[in-house]
Amino acid sequence: MAIPILYNLRSMRARWISAIVAVLGIAGTVGVFVAMLALARGFRATLVSSGSPNNALIRRAGASSEMDGSIPLDQVKVIQDKPGVARENGQPLVSPEAVMVAAFPLLTTGTDANVQIRGVSPEVLRVRPNIKIVQGRFLQPGLNELIIGKNVASTYGGLEFGKPIRFGGGTWDVVGVFDAGGSAFDSEIWADSRVLNQVYKRPENLFQSVTLRLTSPTALSELKDSITADPTLQVQVDRESEYYARQSLLLTTLITVLGTLVALIMGIGAVIGALNTMYSAVSERSREIATLRAIGFGGGSVAFSFVIEAMVIALIGGLIGCLAVLPVNGVTTSTLNMQTFSHLAFAFRITPVLLAIGILFALLMGLVGGVPPAIRAARRPIVLALREL
Amino acid sequence: MKYLSLIKANLLRKKLRTTLTIGSFVVALFLFGFLAIIHGAFNQGVDVAGVDRLMTINKVSIIQPLPISYRDQILRIPGVKRVTFDVWFGGIYQDPKNFFPSFAIDTENQREVYPELQVSDDQWKAFLDDREGAIAGPNTAKRFGWKIGDRIPLQAPIYGGTFEFNLRGIYHGAREGDDLSQFWIQYKYLDEHRPAALKGQIGWYTVKLDSADDAPRVVKAIDNMFANSPFETKSETLQAMAASWVKQAGNIEFLILAIGGVVFFTLLLVTGNTMALAVRERIGELAVLKAVGFSDRFVLVLVLAESILIALVGGAIGLALAKLWTLLGDPTGGMLQSFTLPTLLMLVGIVCALAVGILAGILPATSAMRLRVVDALRRV
Repeated sequence: MAIPILYNLRSMRARWISAIVAVLGIAGTVGVFVAMLALARGFRATLVSSGSPNNALIRRAGASSEMDGSIPLDQVKVIQDKPGVARENGQPLVSPEAVMVAAFPLLTTGTDANVQIRGVSPEVLRVRPNIKIVQGRFLQPGLNELIIGKNVASTYGGLEFGKPIRFGGGTWDVVGVFDAGGSAFDSEIWADSRVLNQVYKRPENLFQSVTLRLTSPTALSELKDSITADPTLQVQVDRESEYYARQSLLLTTLITVLGTLVALIMGIGAVIGALNTMYSAVSERSREIATLRAIGFGGGSVAFSFVIEAMVIALIGGLIGCLAVLPVNGVTTSTLNMQTFSHLAFAFRITPVLLAIGILFALLMGLVGGVPPAIRAARRPIVLALREL
Repeated sequence: MKYLSLIKANLLRKKLRTTLTIGSFVVALFLFGFLAIIHGAFNQGVDVAGVDRLMTINKVSIIQPLPISYRDQILRIPGVKRVTFDVWFGGIYQDPKNFFPSFAIDTENQREVYPELQVSDDQWKAFLDDREGAIAGPNTAKRFGWKIGDRIPLQAPIYGGTFEFNLRGIYHGAREGDDLSQFWIQYKYLDEHRPAALKGQIGWYTVKLDSADDAPRVVKAIDNMFANSPFETKSETLQAMAASWVKQAGNIEFLILAIGGVVFFTLLLVTGNTMALAVRERIGELAVLKAVGFSDRFVLVLVLAESILIALVGGAIGLALAKLWTLLGDPTGGMLQSFTLPTLLMLVGIVCALAVGILAGILPATSAMRLRVVDALRRV
């Protein structure tokens, strides 16, 4: 026969201090765990959303990121006539790009951060249709003009819409702001690729990467085959989305490993807290337990009842932890992308799946913390316990 | 001290509870140690970087090169003792995720400007004698199981193709916190083997000063000297430079403080609760102690000592475990630059544990002290 759950709830109320301690221990653990996972997920989502499955990114063979490749103009010309490249009004949708970094002060700390500067072609907005100009206009090819991502003005000093800025040996006008939908481009500055090459004293017709729009996501293999077969091209072709997913791997792994370790250690602490609470509950209530047994409840029901009590405590802790960490969702933070040496803003991302993982983690802690005391409660000899006190 | 056995008896009265409470401290202080290790890994270099050395980089960013001709011009500035330079090599061993910093060094001045990175004289000589020679830090060598004499192929995406080097030496850090993951090759060798357009370009200069007091003046002198040239410079002390990299990486301090705060607050509750339970159970005994003539203060100290003892034992075990862990090596497989727990932070940890022990014990202890003998004895 099962003991009514009301008994556990009332017991918890009677010993509310111990219960609250256990609840807070579990809440803190779950909160930290979910926040760390949200950090890793947010970073990954930012990079992954930067790439489109509909685009191909072409770099020099062997280049580990866009930063250290180089593709001359004549190769770009060959690439844009390959099959699988989308066209609009007969014009191939190809953006050969020069990628640099420049140091700008972080508004939060005043110290310099490396901002990625992308020299783009006039076709870039058609190659990446998810990027919209939200203020001002697109830059004019051939002029010292910049457009900036929507996170740039609020993160780095000196870059504001409509204001001139000096860097890299030139003076530039910020003529527009673009919204890249929360992707890595939101932390970038865009200029005309030829102008950027001039200012950085690089050969005018040398690019670091070529991004192009495919006629369809499946056209990638056709393009790849044709490029690999061409002996004049020493380049590697990747789906843009895969390139960015790979870039996020290092940091995401680091955050996940460290975050899980922290959560694990805290989890052990929370289990110890729960064990302590439940053992105290068992020893304080030994008379009640003996009475329950004496009026006919079996050892199994007593044990089950205590496990349920621990699980309820854990569930409340888990819920509080999840609720406490929810406001963090969408908060923007930033870090250094070691693959490109550039600074990148991204937002914490808490998904229902993450919350479910958090609750499961809490219940697991409740189970581990509840079972041993429950077994002890069930094993207590009735006569001895009744005689105590 | 003669009451130690009394405290011991009290602690052993509920062995399980005492063990669990000590366990909470072990876990919390282990976590403290772990966070201190992470903090160290991200701030690596900042604390030891020093202010008597400057780093001069291209004003645009550290990725842009500087001409090698700047070296002699910088040397002419009064207050400059020595100048060395590095070129980022960006070598990849087998897989891009096996990251470690690799650069070509200026063999003439490296050891004088970076005296803390020590190489034995015969290893250094072997390195100089072999144009394909290389020197690695102990962490990187250990990570990939390299031994002196090994031939190490590195892909070089920046320069194209694969380069092969012979490991001729392993450097050692003289101070706790030195970067032990670098990989050095000879600048002369790199310069011969790279495209003509890149020859004579270096990554950054490190300038050793006569005295740290000269730093602001020399910084200004260097940057003014190259102002309005095609390659403008930006100079900073190594310490400022290291700090700005850390700040770019994100607000690690806040993260660590937030987690640490949550953990210690919870610990306070757990211990406080345990101590309150212990006192409540023992009200009768405490009243008897008082009735036979022990002072209020004695009872206070007795209860407090119990919680402090729990805190110290648990804290010491936790920190010792964390220290032991650092000796076993880095769990992320070399993604963190360092994995050490400084002694100073261990002391801070013990002090924190002690503080929690006192705070958690003070409330139950005062209630024990204020206990009225008559009421307490009547209750049972």
